[in-house]
Amino acid sequence: MTAGSRIVAMGHYQPSRVVTNDDLAQVMDTNDQWIRDRVGIAERRVADQETVADMATFAAEKALASSGLTAADIDMVAVATCSSADRCPNVATRVASRLGIATPAAFDLNTACSGFSYALGTADHAIRAAAAHNVLIIGAEKLSDLTDWTDRSTAVLFGDGAGAAVVTAVPDGEQAGIGPVLWGSAPERGEALTIEGWRPYIRQDGQAVFRWATTLLAPFARETCEKAGVRPDELAAFVPHQANVRIIDGIVKRLDLNPACVVAKDLVESGNTSAASVPLALSKLIERREVPSGAPVLLFGFGGGLTYAGQVIRCP
Amino acid sequence: MATRADITSGLAEILEEVAGVSPDDVAEEKSFTDDLDVDSLSMVEVVVAAEEKFGVKIPDNEVQNLKTVGDAVSYIEANH
Repeated sequence: MTAGSRIVAMGHYQPSRVVTNDDLAQVMDTNDQWIRDRVGIAERRVADQETVADMATFAAEKALASSGLTAADIDMVAVATCSSADRCPNVATRVASRLGIATPAAFDLNTACSGFSYALGTADHAIRAAAAHNVLIIGAEKLSDLTDWTDRSTAVLFGDGAGAAVVTAVPDGEQAGIGPVLWGSAPERGEALTIEGWRPYIRQDGQAVFRWATTLLAPFARETCEKAGVRPDELAAFVPHQANVRIIDGIVKRLDLNPACVVAKDLVESGNTSAASVPLALSKLIERREVPSGAPVLLFGFGGGLTYAGQVIRCP
Repeated sequence: MATRADITSGLAEILEEVAGVSPDDVAEEKSFTDDLDVDSLSMVEVVVAAEEKFGVKIPDNEVQNLKTVGDAVSYIEANH
């Protein structure tokens, strides 16, 4: 058993093609103000030829490069995604193959938008159990493949992208950098967001999801902090799933954060990228040096299922 | 026991707090979306606040039936 694990490096990738609200207004009955008021998104990135595995690989490559480790050091790869068109080989082995990671435990997991925190919890547990030592975890989504471009209630919401983290065992005597995961779901409300069938599209009961997210998640976010022994007002940053600015504001209102706490709102420029949203937003915060190394950061993912998971990490 | 007028003024307070609606504009015949400019997500916030204030349960599938302030008053009156 080790004393736990920590994130040592992050990386992200977004497709180069920007789709603004005005672009969408040309092909469907919507407008920039309507989208900004209700969701808070100004633009999103949409993949062209890139697959989920391509985006996952690009993000992972950057995380690995800044981690100080090499492909040979990685012994587990976990990819959180709900939008990979290819089922087998899974995305994790495709990434491993392209990065030259020779013999990793490699699996995909699907808990929709909460996926990154599920993967991070799983990586932490594997390291604590000595089943792995250096883990690459990735959230990667190509939601544009699953978007019904004739449904203006969902088509304005989503984007494509990937974020990755390298997680390693902490040396003896050093503080763990990943707090206990709090995870769960509300299966009886699962119909509120679906991606079903052989040619699936995202369908969502926006009011039901909004109500669940703004009323029931703040207590779970608090509990996540309690499990880590950190008070919400001690957090240096809060990185929730990037679904809707009004959901984020609704949760923040119930958390009693310090006014100086950085609240990630990457969706303004990225849209909702499901399992990629938390690592994408966190990776950008780190890149812009908005959070000091070692500072406590609350990650909290939530979405289809309806699933949720979060943990307090120490910023790499 | 709250009267319809009490419930209406309670809703007016909530509408002001949640959606910035002027209390003077709130009347039973007003439509939440068409007259008061309350969008679908603000409507959820109104419902959640009304549940707390009036001690009622307003399930997701009931929300779409509450078109006017009067609809909400009647539902709260009958269920609280």
